[in-house]
Amino acid sequence: MNTAVASPNTAYDRLLVTVGAWMLALMWILPLAYAVWTAFHPAEFETRFDLFAPLTLENFSKAWVQAPFARYFLNTTILVLMILSVQIVLATFAAYAFALYDFPGKNILFGLVLVQLMIMPDILLVENYTTMRQLGLVDTILAIGLPYMGSAFAIFLLRQTFMTIPKELNEVARIEGANTLTLLRRVYVPLAKPTYLAFGLVSVSAHWNNFIWPLIITNSVETRPLTVGLSIFSAADSGVEWSVINAATLMTSGPLLIAFLLFQRQFVQSFMRAGIK
Amino acid sequence: MKHRWIYAWLMLLPAMTLLVTFTHYPAIRTIINSFWSTGRGRRQSEFVGLGNYERMLGDDVFWQVLWNNLLYAAITIPLSIAIAISMALFVHRKIPGIGFLRMSYFTPTVLPLIAVANIWLFFYTPGFGLIDQIRSFFGLAQQNWMGQPETALYTMMAVTIWKEAGFFMIFYLAALQTIPPSLYEAAAIEAAPRWTVFRRITFPLLMPTTLFVSVNAVINAFRMIDHIFVMTGGGPNNATSLLLFYIYEVAFRQWDTAYGATLTVVMLLILSLLAIGQFFFLDRKVHYR
Repeated sequence: MNTAVASPNTAYDRLLVTVGAWMLALMWILPLAYAVWTAFHPAEFETRFDLFAPLTLENFSKAWVQAPFARYFLNTTILVLMILSVQIVLATFAAYAFALYDFPGKNILFGLVLVQLMIMPDILLVENYTTMRQLGLVDTILAIGLPYMGSAFAIFLLRQTFMTIPKELNEVARIEGANTLTLLRRVYVPLAKPTYLAFGLVSVSAHWNNFIWPLIITNSVETRPLTVGLSIFSAADSGVEWSVINAATLMTSGPLLIAFLLFQRQFVQSFMRAGIK
Repeated sequence: MKHRWIYAWLMLLPAMTLLVTFTHYPAIRTIINSFWSTGRGRRQSEFVGLGNYERMLGDDVFWQVLWNNLLYAAITIPLSIAIAISMALFVHRKIPGIGFLRMSYFTPTVLPLIAVANIWLFFYTPGFGLIDQIRSFFGLAQQNWMGQPETALYTMMAVTIWKEAGFFMIFYLAALQTIPPSLYEAAAIEAAPRWTVFRRITFPLLMPTTLFVSVNAVINAFRMIDHIFVMTGGGPNNATSLLLFYIYEVAFRQWDTAYGATLTVVMLLILSLLAIGQFFFLDRKVHYR
């Protein structure tokens, strides 16, 4: 397209596209910008737009002391790290088995794994709650994470990646006397790094944001993750000021948001990689 | 070499155990439990055959939430996809302010749906939120968008589209990069109008992406209901209640787990149909190139 002569027509066309793109972008950022505005200004400027309104962090400190957000942050951090590390270890072994071994029942087992891509634990609330009660795990951080630790998505992604690694590497290493663990550590895991990164970002953001299952399975400050804590804090009848609620909202999404702004490209590429394979 | 398959099984065992315990086993239990009654106190759970299903068919709320959910999917999915394609077309080539544009489109995707709900709740608040402020600027009356049964579900849809379009955009961005420029050059020689180029080249070649995105969007339309909790609680009068939200209410507020299981079976049925449809559709329709 860059060979086209810039006739008045295409210049006009360009302008139209640019204006359209910007209008959509402004519309899209507006709700967030509004929340940022109220969070950083005193409550009386919630609905009054004055360019010279004083900036303040007071709303954030108010939110921080009005609810145990420090504890919620800790819970969420423990939760996402725990889920991610178990997911990665288990999925690595499973994916390796699916990619490199032939064994009876392989296709059936892989089919069973794929089922979870459609039917996720998210919708099996009733039965999973019963299971957790039988295991005596209700209201523990472990219970929030357990249903997600065997991740079909991770197994699938890693299997696809492992299958692209030439099998010759495997044979050479075997001849040199490397066992499976060494092989995984030295060859397969390092070569699949982009896939791990992609899955890691997707998993962390998914579980940082997860809400319904944690809402059901937790009922104390010691276990509640940020999302559930935020929903309780901002429940309509709590009578908290909007500016404080908005500050709390930004605070809970803050780490992900900042990480995203810093590593925008990796985020987008990871989401893309995770989706396309 | 005979013992190799034992290795494979051992490697699979931990992951498979968790998968089966929290996906397959509960799915099967759900189906079994839908034929039993909820045990309460001293009254034991007993086999009721299709009793729960009869109750469901006569349950007006069930039909309403199912209808809500279908309407919700039917409106949010095409709109999100259309917006996602426009976004991708906007930013896949050089354009002034491309960094800001991409960021604006994609940022909602990173936020927790609960946070998104708070932001929009404030946006919608009657008399106070930004929408009403803009309306009052033009001399229009206050509107309680979330409080009226006629408009409430649409306010939820707006939130969903806002959150999802940017996510879908990145898949289209990737797909657009794979379309050979020679096709566009040929179209330019023919002086084909923009819309024709889109309809005859871009859109058909984006079809595999559209299908992939649609399947994800359908799953999300039934699964992502966090904002309902914060914004409307399913009200007014179940106008914004979706299937999974109703399951939550039945199972965890009324503690009628058997009926909750019966409703979950409907959910399983919908997702299975989607899986089967995708399986047959994906191979046929998409790889016609």
